[in-house]
Amino acid sequence: MAKVVLEFEKPIIELEQKIEEMRKYADNLDIVDEIEILEKKVDQLRTSIYSNLTRWQRVQLARHPERPYTSDYIHMIVDDFVELHGDRTFGDDKAIVGGFGRLDKETVLILGHQKGRDTKSNLYRNFGMPNPEGYRKALRLMKLAAKFHKPIITLLDTPGAFPGIEAEERGQAEAIARNLFEMSHLPVPIIVVVIGEGASGGALGIGVGNRILMFENSWYSVIAPESCSSILWRSWDYKEQAAEALKLTAPDLVEQGIVDRIVPEPQGGAHRNPDEAGSILKKILLEELRTLKKVKPEKLIEQRIEKFSKMGAWKE
Amino acid sequence: MAWFRRSKQNISSDGQKKDIPDGMWTKCPECNEIIHKKLLEQNLFTCIKCNYHFRIGSKEYFKILLDEGTFKEMDKKLRSVDPLGFVDSKKYSTRLDETIKKTGLYDAVRTGTGSINEISVVIACMDFGFIGGSMGSVVGEKIARAIDVALKQKFPLIIISSSGGARMMEGALSLMQLAKTSAKLAQLSDGGVPYISVMTDPTTGGVTASFAMLGDINVAEPAALIGFAGPRVIKQTIGKDLPKGFQRSEFLVEKGFVDLVIHRKEMKDQLTKILHLLLN
Repeated sequence: MAKVVLEFEKPIIELEQKIEEMRKYADNLDIVDEIEILEKKVDQLRTSIYSNLTRWQRVQLARHPERPYTSDYIHMIVDDFVELHGDRTFGDDKAIVGGFGRLDKETVLILGHQKGRDTKSNLYRNFGMPNPEGYRKALRLMKLAAKFHKPIITLLDTPGAFPGIEAEERGQAEAIARNLFEMSHLPVPIIVVVIGEGASGGALGIGVGNRILMFENSWYSVIAPESCSSILWRSWDYKEQAAEALKLTAPDLVEQGIVDRIVPEPQGGAHRNPDEAGSILKKILLEELRTLKKVKPEKLIEQRIEKFSKMGAWKE
Repeated sequence: MAWFRRSKQNISSDGQKKDIPDGMWTKCPECNEIIHKKLLEQNLFTCIKCNYHFRIGSKEYFKILLDEGTFKEMDKKLRSVDPLGFVDSKKYSTRLDETIKKTGLYDAVRTGTGSINEISVVIACMDFGFIGGSMGSVVGEKIARAIDVALKQKFPLIIISSSGGARMMEGALSLMQLAKTSAKLAQLSDGGVPYISVMTDPTTGGVTASFAMLGDINVAEPAALIGFAGPRVIKQTIGKDLPKGFQRSEFLVEKGFVDLVIHRKEMKDQLTKILHLLLN
């Protein structure tokens, strides 16, 4: 697959390629010092570009086609993973994957939205846009986890729940609503991680937890910036403004009191070093679970409902 | 004078219109019947000929459902604070001020207690006239508080929905109101208190994907648009015309997501009957 380079990544990638090329000749020519200078320069460039990302640039990073997806994280952080299929009512939705596995020694249920990497796999995964049976499969698995007292980890990465005729016929709205309702009172720890795109109800449908985490370059909001632009500005051209107005990045959501913790990414974003992103997430999940495991089931429910009850801003 | 020239005294449609006092007559958008305002009100804002249900607000709905003089409003002045400082073609804060002035409402839902044929209930009704009945922090908080009262008093809860979905101008905070109201309903359900969801035209997006679909009993007015995605978005996605009656109340009964379609004129009696069956 051809490397995808975002516009603002270009100067960094170009410089990196130049260094790579120079290295080939470093044995014959005395250019070690020059390479070192260039390496320092690329480091500075990275820091300056990545510490000044606009909200729209973060949306682009969140959608980067080489970014690790749910299955990648599952394989990086759990052992003995067994994927489970189907909602026992209609079918198996490929846009949500989930199953049991071991995080270190402990069994957890891990599930999330699944995108594809090329046209073929994207069609198979419906671009990570679930149908109602996807949400119902997720709920079936989460109820299993509750039955066997296993913690739940959900990974959010979707451009939205699928807006199609059949999705409506099978009750897309009911499926999402039911999950919000049921997830709020499951007696096991639930950790939610936004790994890429958190678009609206389609993301939230597996997103009610005791702890809400967001990767540094992910986004989470009520609507995608393009759709917001088309509705409020009546044109698709205001996506940058819409992204700014929606305040949809991880730091924004921490400020709004929705997200508890930001998962730092390797320099340049998770796609530049997926393994490192995986090990960072694993370490953080283990920390979070250690704390949540000490909490009694009824307290977990109380704390979760309390957490969401506080969200919002108003005056009397 | 040509023999075919019209005489001035002949009936002209323009002349007839002038005889109708302004605002006294309403045309049914479904069957074009012209209905006098008083008659329309008497008929609870439904068409006398084709039963089309006109969109009404909380003021009208409370009058239709509640016993006279029993409504006690809660949290009336809860207001949005524009948490994101949101600006599109105009500032959200300006939009709010203008809408409050225009509608006399403070946000898109009103909540309170009252009685329906002497049964005490907690009731909430959305106003589509307030920024498309959209749900932001205030709608979520008012619904959440209404649920708390229902749980504490053990009064059945009735929510009448009419909404385009979550309010974009409050970003992720609006989205979280879906989880907040649903979590509160889970508490109400665990407390054994009945909840009837009444869906009216239109009920779409985040409101459908949270409290509107979570009734112990879901009822709808006839031919109301009810769905997750709006018809325009679906049409764009699939590039085909949508089947007739798609996403209408009767379609949702057929697909198993709504229990009953109830004519507005029957609503009070039907809700009374259901509540009696559940409570006694």
